[in-house]
Amino acid sequence: MTTLTKNAKAPSANPVSRAIRWFFYRGHGDSPFKTILVHAMLIVACIIAVYPVLRVITISLRPNDTLLTTSLRIIPENATLNNYKEVLFGDATKHRKSDFFLWLWNSISVVTITSVVSVILAAVSAYAFSRFKFPGRATGLVFLLTTQMIPAGMLLLPLFIMLARLKMINTSLGLIIAYAVTSVPLTIWTLKGYYDTIPVDLEEAALIDGASRARVFTAIILPLSTPALAIAFLFSFMGGWSEYLVARVVLQKNEIFTWPLGIFTYAQQFTVSWGQFSAASVLIAIPVMILFLYSSKWLISGLTLGSVKG
Amino acid sequence: METQSSYRRFLPVVLWAAALFGSYFVLQALIAPFVEGITLSLKIVLDRLREIGTFLLFILGGLALIEIYFYQIFFRQPRNAIAAIVTRLLQSIIALVVLMSFGYFFELTDLVRYGEGAVGKFFRAPIAWLSALQSFLVNAKIATKDHAAVLGLSIVVLLILVTFGIIQWFSTKKNSRLGLAYLLILPAFIGILFLIIYPFLFEIRLAFSNASLGTQATKNASYGLIYGWENIKTLFTSTVAKDAKFFDVFWRTILWTVINVTFHVSGGMGLALLLHRPMKLQGFYRTLLVFPWAIPTTIAAMALRNEFDNRYGLFNILLGDLQNWLATVSQHTASVVAVGNTFAFLAQHIGPVSWKQDPFWAFISILISNIWLGIPFMSVIILGGLQSISQEYYEAAEIDGASKIQQFRFITIPLIRPVLTPAIVLGVVWTFNKFDVIYLITQGGPQEKTDILVSSMYKAAFQFYRYGFTAMFALVIFIFLLGFTLVFLRMTGGLKSSTD
Repeated sequence: MTTLTKNAKAPSANPVSRAIRWFFYRGHGDSPFKTILVHAMLIVACIIAVYPVLRVITISLRPNDTLLTTSLRIIPENATLNNYKEVLFGDATKHRKSDFFLWLWNSISVVTITSVVSVILAAVSAYAFSRFKFPGRATGLVFLLTTQMIPAGMLLLPLFIMLARLKMINTSLGLIIAYAVTSVPLTIWTLKGYYDTIPVDLEEAALIDGASRARVFTAIILPLSTPALAIAFLFSFMGGWSEYLVARVVLQKNEIFTWPLGIFTYAQQFTVSWGQFSAASVLIAIPVMILFLYSSKWLISGLTLGSVKG
Repeated sequence: METQSSYRRFLPVVLWAAALFGSYFVLQALIAPFVEGITLSLKIVLDRLREIGTFLLFILGGLALIEIYFYQIFFRQPRNAIAAIVTRLLQSIIALVVLMSFGYFFELTDLVRYGEGAVGKFFRAPIAWLSALQSFLVNAKIATKDHAAVLGLSIVVLLILVTFGIIQWFSTKKNSRLGLAYLLILPAFIGILFLIIYPFLFEIRLAFSNASLGTQATKNASYGLIYGWENIKTLFTSTVAKDAKFFDVFWRTILWTVINVTFHVSGGMGLALLLHRPMKLQGFYRTLLVFPWAIPTTIAAMALRNEFDNRYGLFNILLGDLQNWLATVSQHTASVVAVGNTFAFLAQHIGPVSWKQDPFWAFISILISNIWLGIPFMSVIILGGLQSISQEYYEAAEIDGASKIQQFRFITIPLIRPVLTPAIVLGVVWTFNKFDVIYLITQGGPQEKTDILVSSMYKAAFQFYRYGFTAMFALVIFIFLLGFTLVFLRMTGGLKSSTD
């Protein structure tokens, strides 16, 4: 019996069949065949993921007379940066001023404040949810999740009417208020989950040594949860950054448009200027995407450590 | 030490921002004589900063006062009986005034109407006092009209602080284990109260009204159960936006959610399994694969809308090429009748489709877009879950002779369930409510055949201005979603571990 199996597993004398065997089945790890297959599938997936993004760049580089073409080239013929110039510096011949930086500033100011405030509020209350057992805790947590069931448009209508009554329509403060609604509950959940993974022993040791709760929070919890805080901030930032529908309802004046509303003015003129639309999109998307991809190493830890426990 | 180092951590960010804005204004000043047309100027920036600063000061100041108030309730106890009476009296007065102001706020935002009677006077009293104080300040020439509001408010704040000082002085320290917890969740709770609970109540009230553009929103609207009944009747029997009926849209929404989430989870799982192995270039692939998630949705949706153009869009170009290729092949293989006919048949039936005009293809187009957008998120979540599973389980299973499929079924799935369940629940809810993709790509067209519930609702509110109806509509959607989530969580026992 043993000799039989030994024979079966013995390396074949023929080097070709041995190579084929090695190709399809290697004792440990992935066989080269499988590796190639995996890489091929991943490459196809990457092309599907990236190609539409590249097409935006392509359109932004096209000269105005060949905007509509069936070419699939990534770098178009007669590539030009004219669209970028018009987006950044305006177009004197069309009497169009460049509001690009204005929109950018509006977005940055609104979204940064929203994210900072909501992360601070969430960081503090998530600590309470994570470390204290108080009456109403479980109810509170379930309630926070319930708020996520509320359809986006549902709170928009009452908020719109409220803001109108308070004369805050058409102000960036109104938009800040409207954005703050959505992000806080989920941020609390994320951060609470992350705090749960930090051992309590650390804090107890510090408390016995005479540190106050506030000091424990700022000196132990906050530094240890930097990845989760960064993720929470990023989520809230990204959520507001490209938001269109709420902004469209709250803002109606060009001077306070955020960029999603702003670049739509390119698409709403008599002739849709896809070139400039795409150029503006590229200019906006690139910094955000770099930020996003740079922080993606934190993404995984921040998102999942919270929900996986012990 | 600690605070210093955290300052130091944020310093680079602040410096970068300052450098960025600084160089922007320098550049702008340099090119200003040659280019006219850049509208962002230093003045606008400073104006906005002042506006936001005032706003933050307002919010933070208010929160600080509330925190002090509750701090004293939790952590201070009066020295003696007299002090107890004084303290409780002062605290009750403050609470009463705050409640009165809330009452005024409710009326200001039109949740309730007190009318001109005693109730209305009662709730309007704090504001009346404030404006009386302001007009006194103006009349006594202490402040100009512009500064009266600020000064009046400062006096009020000062009064409250003095009251707190008195209470503090009359009391001694008390230990409270739970007090801190409540103090910590208080700010977020107040925020949620104002921004979620209150609008929610407002929505319910609105659902039982006939508010619309004709009634100038809530200004001339009438309320009553009869209007709620009217709204429900309209919702289920008449059209929800312009052309579509409720149940058509409802089933389409279910279809939309199921297809999307299925593809998101299976696609995400597939990519995660492909990536979760020791391999070269893993980071590179991961970076490229999250592109659809990283790109702002608005831009992605508009770009995809372009690609669904009948003539110049990517999809029809590819389909057209495929058709030409099939036709060519069928010509070349015409000698073998069966093969040639097959290709000819394919060439006849595969080809460019009208993404915009045909409801079916329009629906497919938004599905493609949303699936493309949603897979990276799921794959990142699932990959994280996979990486948290210890390799030992698999080694043990390997020794026991379990196949790969068995390993997946009995190790991977149970162990990533804590990650997967909340992700699926949230995925369902988000997809159900996610209509920016639909709104940007098809606008729900043609003839509202690609609308889902939430996009119909948005249209009913902000294109047709049927406010009361929309509120009832939203309420129905919310109840449905809530029911779904409760049932799903009961079935999977999903959140038990997270809430205890």
